[in-house]
Amino acid sequence: MGSIRVEGLHKAFADFVAVRDSTLTVRDGEFFCLLGPSGCGKTTTLRMIAGLELPSSGRILLGGEDVTFRRASQRDIAFVFQLFALYPHLNVRANIAYPLRCQGTPRAEVKQRVEEAARILRIEGLLDRSVSGLSSGDRQRVALGRAIVRRPVAFLLDEPLGTLDTELRELMCGELRALHDRLRATMVYVTHDQLEAMSMADTVALMNDGVVEQVGPPQEIYDRPASMFVASFIGWPPMNFLPFPGPLAPGDRTVRIGDANLPVPEALEGSAETELVLGARPEHVRFAAEGGPRAEVLDTEYLGTTQIVTLITEQGARLKARLPADVPVRRGDRPALRFRPKKLSVFEKVSGRVLRSALHEEVAHG
Amino acid sequence: MAEVTLANMSKSFGARQAVADLSLHVPDGEILVLLGPTGAGKTTTLRLIAGLETPDAGRVLLDGRDVTAEPPAARDVALVFQQYSLYPHLSVYDNLAFPLRSPARRMPEDQIRARVGEIASLLHIEDKLGRRVTALSGGQMQRVSIGRALVRRPKVYLMDEPLSSLDAKLRAELRVELRRLQRELKTTIVYVTHDQIEAMTLATHIGVLDRGRLVQLGTPREVYEDPVNSLVAARLGSPPLNLIPVGAFPGVAVPAAAATFGVRTEHVRIRQNQRGRGMGRVQWIEHLGDQSRVHVRVAESDVVTLHDPDNGISVGDAVDIEMRTPLLFDIHGERVRA
Repeated sequence: MGSIRVEGLHKAFADFVAVRDSTLTVRDGEFFCLLGPSGCGKTTTLRMIAGLELPSSGRILLGGEDVTFRRASQRDIAFVFQLFALYPHLNVRANIAYPLRCQGTPRAEVKQRVEEAARILRIEGLLDRSVSGLSSGDRQRVALGRAIVRRPVAFLLDEPLGTLDTELRELMCGELRALHDRLRATMVYVTHDQLEAMSMADTVALMNDGVVEQVGPPQEIYDRPASMFVASFIGWPPMNFLPFPGPLAPGDRTVRIGDANLPVPEALEGSAETELVLGARPEHVRFAAEGGPRAEVLDTEYLGTTQIVTLITEQGARLKARLPADVPVRRGDRPALRFRPKKLSVFEKVSGRVLRSALHEEVAHG
Repeated sequence: MAEVTLANMSKSFGARQAVADLSLHVPDGEILVLLGPTGAGKTTTLRLIAGLETPDAGRVLLDGRDVTAEPPAARDVALVFQQYSLYPHLSVYDNLAFPLRSPARRMPEDQIRARVGEIASLLHIEDKLGRRVTALSGGQMQRVSIGRALVRRPKVYLMDEPLSSLDAKLRAELRVELRRLQRELKTTIVYVTHDQIEAMTLATHIGVLDRGRLVQLGTPREVYEDPVNSLVAARLGSPPLNLIPVGAFPGVAVPAAAATFGVRTEHVRIRQNQRGRGMGRVQWIEHLGDQSRVHVRVAESDVVTLHDPDNGISVGDAVDIEMRTPLLFDIHGERVRA
């Protein structure tokens, strides 16, 4: 029904390649996020799925059917834009009904489907209000209503929460996910906000420079990033990178940083490069009296739930640690650093590629 | 540098009271962050300090001197707005030098050069000085506009959501830089935001405003750990604290006045109930990477808890819940202290 497959999709605008040979599968009923920095090709990919852009090469399949050259209106897909374009002279009911009116749906059915959409979005009370008086959250709900009312097999959403302020965005994230769970429809959601993607998606595809860097469930991408780009884009504060001299051979279980030998997941492949980088998430850094590389505390940020401590190692690498808020830390402290060995990644510095290790074997087993 | 005192200040616009009988004190060298939702009176308070609005009642004192009747220029404060207002036809250098070249000041050009250079290096834009400001990224432009406020060394800096137009990563970077700057320059800053993370990480003191009134003033830790009411409690912390009717946990003894538990997500522990008859059931799990937010349905309420992603809990599991140090609120949302 609502599965989407994109095969070898390529799109160039004159000299600029927006999307490079991308292949993705969105399963029926899945909440799928296209994530990446601005200019990475995520919106172009979405617009090609919608039929608003024609690919330079490649195919798009909707429910197994090739729709690459079909018009947008002939694809059973609803598109929700970042700027919710509502008709200011129409009330909420007429705005939601608009797509059905255009299709010539009988009046009684329009009424019934508009009310159903309003019920799903919990905006029944607003149906007879003018859209110009609505809050931005309600305007976004009406825009969603206009998409829902068509009962499409898939929804494409282009940063629909981008213009809302932080708190409302968090609330709407929860609402959107709940809406998805009620409708069980396929949703493809474009965002540059990794927290939105992490909190809502079943599957995240992270794009960079027109290329899909990694596809997987949020926790998988977070725990086992395929590259330094993924590791630093996902997670806040981003993953810490500590450079060290290689090489690394299959079977190695420690790396040497400064005077300290640090245990890491057993290497399953050797490194091609000699300069390597150890990747450690801030929450996997702990302080000890001795035993690890020394670092000086530069700053602490109290967040209530936790605190973020900024440090600089004797080798001059900056890193951040996320610690419980009740651990006493002062600027100028010089703790030894410990890392949770099982969680560490090792990258090649130039290519940015992760080296396969026991960390990745867990996936195959589990 | 200076201390700022507001005494019983009120301001209305027509029928709407923007600021109601507000008194507060900002000691020299501190960052006071005014936090509150849209319409709480934060920006009006800032504009009253700047002299861009005249209070209906009350006084503004800078370093003990009553400046209520003085025009903005005489108060020696610098304002930084949300939208950077730079001169697009000028270079970064000339934009930064602009406030120093005012005819009222007559600063010699070599002094100007020294000051601009100093501020540019603080903000890490020393290599951009020759560029047109229009050739800069959003973050760099915002740094220039903060820099333009800093070159002047006024008594007080007033900042109105200066980072809110930037994306999350840049915001977090500039937050850290701003704090470093403040420590190095030992300046007094009054900073307005609705972003609680900004408030928690920047402030030496947070003033929580609601409908024109100062509800609580304290250090970030005091306000987070010991909020005066449920509104303040829910304002700080991400994810927000859980507000749960006391009836959802009949086993927990509470004072008669208590109507609601307020419990931080990091203070809720859940355990799988082996017999499948727990106090609640897991509805949804958000994977945030470092931790997961587990949403549990208990009676008629949703309880959100932070959990290690490796815990093996999944949707549909029956779980038992334990609350550590819950706060209590009465039916009006005021704190009930045991």
